[in-house]
Amino acid sequence: MSSLSDLELSRRGLLAAGAASAVVAVGPEAAAQESDTMTPGLPPMPVSFEVNGKVRQLSLDTRTTLLDALREHLHLTGTKKGCDHGQCGACTVLVDGVRINSCLSLAVMHEGDRITTIEGLGTPDRLHPMQAAFVKHDGYQCGYCTPGQICSAVAVLDEIKRGVPSHVSARLTDRPRVTNAEMRERMSGNICRCGAYSNIAEAMAEVAGGKA
Amino acid sequence: MKAFTYERAASAQDAAAKASSLQGARFIAGGTNLLDLMKLEIETPTHLIDVNGLGFDKIEKTQDGGLRIGAFVRNTALAADMRVRKGYGVLSRALLAGASGQLRNKATTSGNLLQRTRCPYFYDTNQPCNKRRPGSGCAAIGGYSRQLAIVGASEACVATHPSDMAVAMRVLDAQVETVNAAGQTRAIPIAEFHRLPGDTPHIDTVLAPGELITAVTLPKPIGGVHLYEKVRDRASYAFALVSVAAVIQKDGSGRVAIGGVAHKPWRVEAAEAAMPQGAKAVAAQLLAGATPTEDNAFKVPLVERTLAAAMHEARAA
Repeated sequence: MSSLSDLELSRRGLLAAGAASAVVAVGPEAAAQESDTMTPGLPPMPVSFEVNGKVRQLSLDTRTTLLDALREHLHLTGTKKGCDHGQCGACTVLVDGVRINSCLSLAVMHEGDRITTIEGLGTPDRLHPMQAAFVKHDGYQCGYCTPGQICSAVAVLDEIKRGVPSHVSARLTDRPRVTNAEMRERMSGNICRCGAYSNIAEAMAEVAGGKA
Repeated sequence: MKAFTYERAASAQDAAAKASSLQGARFIAGGTNLLDLMKLEIETPTHLIDVNGLGFDKIEKTQDGGLRIGAFVRNTALAADMRVRKGYGVLSRALLAGASGQLRNKATTSGNLLQRTRCPYFYDTNQPCNKRRPGSGCAAIGGYSRQLAIVGASEACVATHPSDMAVAMRVLDAQVETVNAAGQTRAIPIAEFHRLPGDTPHIDTVLAPGELITAVTLPKPIGGVHLYEKVRDRASYAFALVSVAAVIQKDGSGRVAIGGVAHKPWRVEAAEAAMPQGAKAVAAQLLAGATPTEDNAFKVPLVERTLAAAMHEARAA
């Protein structure tokens, strides 16, 4: 586990350094952009929801998506912004146990909701079984889509368990089974540009207790 | 995204009254289509009325043995409902063929009916589009039209309706129940709900300003084999090039509606009389008067072949 933490720290450090220099370079523009987004006469709106077991109270511009609330206001940067249009799945989180695209949802619409992000599923010291399986089966390369993939994968197994049918289920009235075809169909809202799909399916199969 | 104020609706009638009296007000439920369009500033509401709290989220039996589906029942919940899976399989199949798991968890029944076209020229704000900006022209006509309409289009618009669910609703003779600002309710047959573009393509449906969908009802199950065949560029998570929703009885009679070809789910009841004669005869009547372009002429034989596949599958079932 310690080697994983070291790796993570060094990657984070590198990313942080890159971001810091970018901010220095575009300082004036960034400041101008900030003031553009403040609309006079529209006061921020209060909203309260639970994130990873903790109640969080925020006061937000109504335009703030759940994704931006998590990343920019609560600094939970595990959830990623990919396309910001619901097409890639990088922003997938669980709301009341159900997976959604956090980029296509307004934060103020989540009053009282229970939100779980990748940070709430597990920690580097206590990985969620799906996180451990992704590590074991190499279910990623660059890792950018991985938090969304893992949140989605956890929800997919729950959907199969609850009997939600899919496009590839042979008979609508049968209980769906954890097959490779079922997992691939159900994960189609999560794009992996590195193409780690077969390893992701294997990780999911291990957690589900079957073979991909 | 343009700035807007936000409120949670207190009652359906209040929401309808606000939406009809306040310029720039829009309802929001799942938000998966509206927010996407707001980010692109294709939709620019100044006030959002969140209708999720109104409770129209149940599926109930109707007195005549059908189902009343609350407007805000999520697509996943509707597709997974055992009464729908057993009695209206074409609807489950259509829903499951659309979007992704994440989107289906959020998207609502009424929002699915009201989603806007995915015509690339509607999405590109640098291009003229009569649907986005009335009177600005149509860049799709004479443009790249592979995904666009082959029947029912006009000189002003060749967009298609993107929904899979609506095609199944059309074949099932669903009715759309609404309430308006005065508290009056009405039931609109799905056949009349979506409009053809004509010279006002910016108006997608017959809903009056502020009119709120409260439910979609289905008549009692009609039996038969239920099929939804969708042809698309990827095996999953893509809009239809052509889709066929069909309910086919043992004697070969049945109903069929097609998606991906017109501004609304496309059904020609008279064509269904030809079902015992086979797919070619049905497709010929369904697509009578079609005006395909070089880019989308492939949809004409594709409709016939997709229909033939559905009829073959029904015989094998």
